[in-house]
Amino acid sequence: MTAIFYIIEGVLILGGSLFIALAAVGIIRLPDLYTRMHSASKAGAVGSGFLLLALAFNSSSTPETLRALAAIVFFLLTTPIAAHLLGKASYAVGYKLWPGSVLDEMPEVEPSAGKEVAAGRPQEEFFRGKADEPAWRRDRRGARQRWSDLGKK
Amino acid sequence: MTIEDYAKLFFDYAINFGLILLGIAFFLTTVRIILGPTLPDRVLALDMLTSVSIGFIALIGIDTGFTLYVDIAIALGLVGFLATVAFSRFILARGQSGDTDQVQDLPFRDPHARSDRRKGA
Repeated sequence: MTAIFYIIEGVLILGGSLFIALAAVGIIRLPDLYTRMHSASKAGAVGSGFLLLALAFNSSSTPETLRALAAIVFFLLTTPIAAHLLGKASYAVGYKLWPGSVLDEMPEVEPSAGKEVAAGRPQEEFFRGKADEPAWRRDRRGARQRWSDLGKK
Repeated sequence: MTIEDYAKLFFDYAINFGLILLGIAFFLTTVRIILGPTLPDRVLALDMLTSVSIGFIALIGIDTGFTLYVDIAIALGLVGFLATVAFSRFILARGQSGDTDQVQDLPFRDPHARSDRRKGA
């Protein structure tokens, strides 16, 4: 019976540390802030969550198991909020996406420090286009430069 | 050897391998802090550093049975979260000053060419 526990803990340890190591490789290799954020926040939270879950399996007393589970719940609550705030702040200030990025769904705003950032355009106009805008122009407005077109110039 | 011995052996090797991987991850994240071209990169790497050290605490707790540090891991997660929130408020208030070389190692040229427009923040 203890063999099953050892194997489960070993698999959890291996998975968690592999997730963390891949997050670190992504934080080095990926090209801009937003892709790095995608790698770091997701994989880092999952990796440390796996390791804490292995700790919860390993510990013999109940309070330590509950503490490790509470730590997992706490990280799952806080990590997306931190990543969202950091991404929103750096986008609003005007840090650029990687030029090979395919889609940028946020409205174009002037970079402003500490002011109301997204107040420039109403949401509905951004999604549907202006009311009197012809269809061909609406289509053209949606078309962004593609990744595959970038190497040809 | 029974199957329990094999499982114990696998468990020990998994702990050692995990410690090695976490050390590599710690080193790479520190490299990004030192070399990251902009301030949000450094803040992000700092956030990642706290989660790597939480993983370290959990793995050392498994290895040595010293689970006292799990409380410290929870507090460290709280401090890391608050630091990231405060830094993002600071980034929002500061603007983009001083980060001129943020596209230095990108393989493509910027097709939108907005660099002069963004500078006036």
